[in-house]
Amino acid sequence: MSSLPATVSGVNAAGVPVPAEDLAKFLTFRVGGELFGIPALAIQDIIGPQRIARIPLAPPFVAGALNLRGRIVTAIDMHNALGMPKSEKTRKLNVVVRTGAELYDLLVDDVGDVIALSMNDLEPNPVSWPESWRAFSAGIFKLDDQLLVVLNFDALLSSQTKSTLQ
Amino acid sequence: MLDSELVKFERDPTSGETLKVIFRVMHTIKGTCGFLGLPRLEKVAHAGEDVLVKYRDGELSATPQSVTVILKCIDRIRSIITELAEKGSEPAGDDSELIAQLKAAAAGKLEIAPAASEPTKAKSKKKDQAEAKEPPANEPPKSDDGFPVAAELMAEIEAAMAKEKAAKEQASEPATPLPVPVSSTPPPAKIEPATTKLEPKAAEAAKAGDAKAATQSIRVNVEVLEHMMNLVSEMVLTRNQLLQMVRGRDDSEFKEPLQRLSRVTTDLQEGVMKTRMQPIGNAWQKLPRIVRDLSTASGKKIDLQMVGAETELDRQVLEMIGDPLLHMVRNSADHGLEGPEERLAAGKGEVGTVRLMAYHQGGHIIMEITDDGRGLNTGRIRQKIVEKGLATQAEWDNLSDHEVHQYIMRAGFSTAEKITNVSGRGVGMDVVRANIEKIGGTVDFRSVQGRGTSFTIKIPLTLAIVAALIVEAGDERFAIPQIAVNELVSASAGAQHKIETVKGAQVLRLRGRLLPLVNLRKLLKLDTPSDTEVDRDGFVIVAQAGNKVFGIVVDGIYDSEEIVVKPVAPIIKGITHYSGNTILGDGSVIMILDPNGVSEAVSEAAANVVATDATKAALEAEKTSLLLFSTGAGAIKAVPLGLVSRLENFPLTDLQLNDGAALAQYRGKLIPIASVSPDFVWKTEGGQPALVFTDQ
Repeated sequence: MSSLPATVSGVNAAGVPVPAEDLAKFLTFRVGGELFGIPALAIQDIIGPQRIARIPLAPPFVAGALNLRGRIVTAIDMHNALGMPKSEKTRKLNVVVRTGAELYDLLVDDVGDVIALSMNDLEPNPVSWPESWRAFSAGIFKLDDQLLVVLNFDALLSSQTKSTLQ
Repeated sequence: MLDSELVKFERDPTSGETLKVIFRVMHTIKGTCGFLGLPRLEKVAHAGEDVLVKYRDGELSATPQSVTVILKCIDRIRSIITELAEKGSEPAGDDSELIAQLKAAAAGKLEIAPAASEPTKAKSKKKDQAEAKEPPANEPPKSDDGFPVAAELMAEIEAAMAKEKAAKEQASEPATPLPVPVSSTPPPAKIEPATTKLEPKAAEAAKAGDAKAATQSIRVNVEVLEHMMNLVSEMVLTRNQLLQMVRGRDDSEFKEPLQRLSRVTTDLQEGVMKTRMQPIGNAWQKLPRIVRDLSTASGKKIDLQMVGAETELDRQVLEMIGDPLLHMVRNSADHGLEGPEERLAAGKGEVGTVRLMAYHQGGHIIMEITDDGRGLNTGRIRQKIVEKGLATQAEWDNLSDHEVHQYIMRAGFSTAEKITNVSGRGVGMDVVRANIEKIGGTVDFRSVQGRGTSFTIKIPLTLAIVAALIVEAGDERFAIPQIAVNELVSASAGAQHKIETVKGAQVLRLRGRLLPLVNLRKLLKLDTPSDTEVDRDGFVIVAQAGNKVFGIVVDGIYDSEEIVVKPVAPIIKGITHYSGNTILGDGSVIMILDPNGVSEAVSEAAANVVATDATKAALEAEKTSLLLFSTGAGAIKAVPLGLVSRLENFPLTDLQLNDGAALAQYRGKLIPIASVSPDFVWKTEGGQPALVFTDQ
């Protein structure tokens, strides 16, 4: 987790303090070398490596299911869902997000800090991105040393489900 | 409640207890409406009450006509209440005709002066028919749901009444003299006893209200219960883990508290389960009224018997069987039972019986719906099958009666000669079966022409917990609902049952029948060592889905476990092979197989195999296993393995040589021994190896 940016909460990407109302908190995590952020309010749990039961015949982006304190949560293989090559790493961390009444577990390589960013600094998706990336990205934050892609998980889920059906 | 009580009352007009209940409810409605300022509701309830007063005082006796009018009055009250609940105000409408009818009934005109009542009767009958044909016109679309609303309202009203007993008595005081101006026919002298009689009745009503309040109950949101259920299952799992940890150590100080915890957890689980249970009678409540309406509309005489209404089952199951049940009872009453003349002609009693029975049996609820009507007309069904081209002549010639009957479960299949407003459109039994199978139940039925039909529905007690068989395929574990499992067969090349391949599809010979097989590992596309290799070893689960029996080949079978069924995530809902998933005692997540989904896959797989692998399959079918052996000089020899029953090594003492022919003692019998070639040399010491053949 040390490789992740240590942005101080309440300070925007440019290092200027911003009023608290404009700030949105994001949990940062890494998938295949890229840095992603997801609204912290949607996070239910962050847990260490878990035993994940395979679901035969399920779409490839579904890694399986796991037992989260008595609830069965579907695990999403983020590498597959984001169209990245299979990761070497076997012990992945689990970020459990809530969408509606459902819980989904995102298998990620690394989890970083929760950082507060001003929504004013959110930049639109680059036009050069492939269609599939523009579908799930809600925009980009320019951090000091790298870019943070804001993940719209609902959009990712529906675009993946659609492409599986086709 | 009022509906079933009234129907009960009609059948037994002397039952004072039933009448009391009806009267009390009607009176409560009226009294409360007076309070709340709902004039329309009050007027209708009041007119209805007038008629009931006459019954109670013995001035009139109940007749089907007058009960119909009262039922109509209750319908009207119900529809007003439904709208009231929706809009918060009394809907506008004209009840004068209904009130006039009620008044006529109260005056006894419906019976006393048949000539004068003729128009009323005709009118009521006409209205009855109109009502039957287009119920939505008279009632708002939510009429079915209207009942619970009314019942709850009634409960609330009663509770409120109990609190304000004094106020209620006051309210009933002015209410009682009211019959005087309305029904002017009875002499005033008769009102005196009526009023005095009512006093203790009102007190009794209040007492009943008290009793209801005393049986303390609260309403709990179902979601809260579901959540509790989840937590309790989780607690049971944790308890199991703890027990396992302590089991190895005798001296553990945790042992005793853990045992206590264990017991409490078990009790808690049972307690929470119980909160979800409801008597099946709740699903039956609507039936008496429906059967009554049907009998008036069709002119049949029907006796609806209900046995075992107190049998409890899960709320969720109860909700899901309501509609199928309704349909089946209607079917029995409308199609099954004959009219009175036909029954008499057939030498049966005039009154037909529809009997509902519910009881527990081995973790399931069995419900039987039996009628003593005409039974299924096998000839007509056969005729229909051919008409619709569902089977070829050759096929249906071979069908047994029972198999022919199964066709009524198909979509669009109706043998009713005419479509009535009740049933006969051919959308029916297939939907019933689909609904019942959805909750893991089965439907079966027997019918004897001329004697009646009996449907048997088998449903699980609860949807939340089912017994399931845990099996293994390709290193993954799966659960198969026990209700779908008929038997388990161990299959291997040497065993009694072996898996064979016919045209590329695997089959198992089981008691003279060929059972289609599906290999779970292949079905779920789990890693297979090699696709061409035909598995000859494994366990076969003989499963049933609907009428289809098939075998599922698995690598291993663990044991039977009670599992808590949880729905699958929306993104994998599309996979029909699963009906849910669950967490096992050790905390691992496994998928629950849906026998119906798997059975569909079986037929598809079989079709695919035949289509794509036809040539390969043909080659494979020609292959025969051979047993190789050597004897004397010369080349190795072979015999078809299928002919060999055993390999034996006979001690020389068991062999007898007679005139060059050899005999051997074998399992208490003498069997002839043939030598392979003329230059064969018998062994002189040790044993003589031999192949034992069976000639069949």
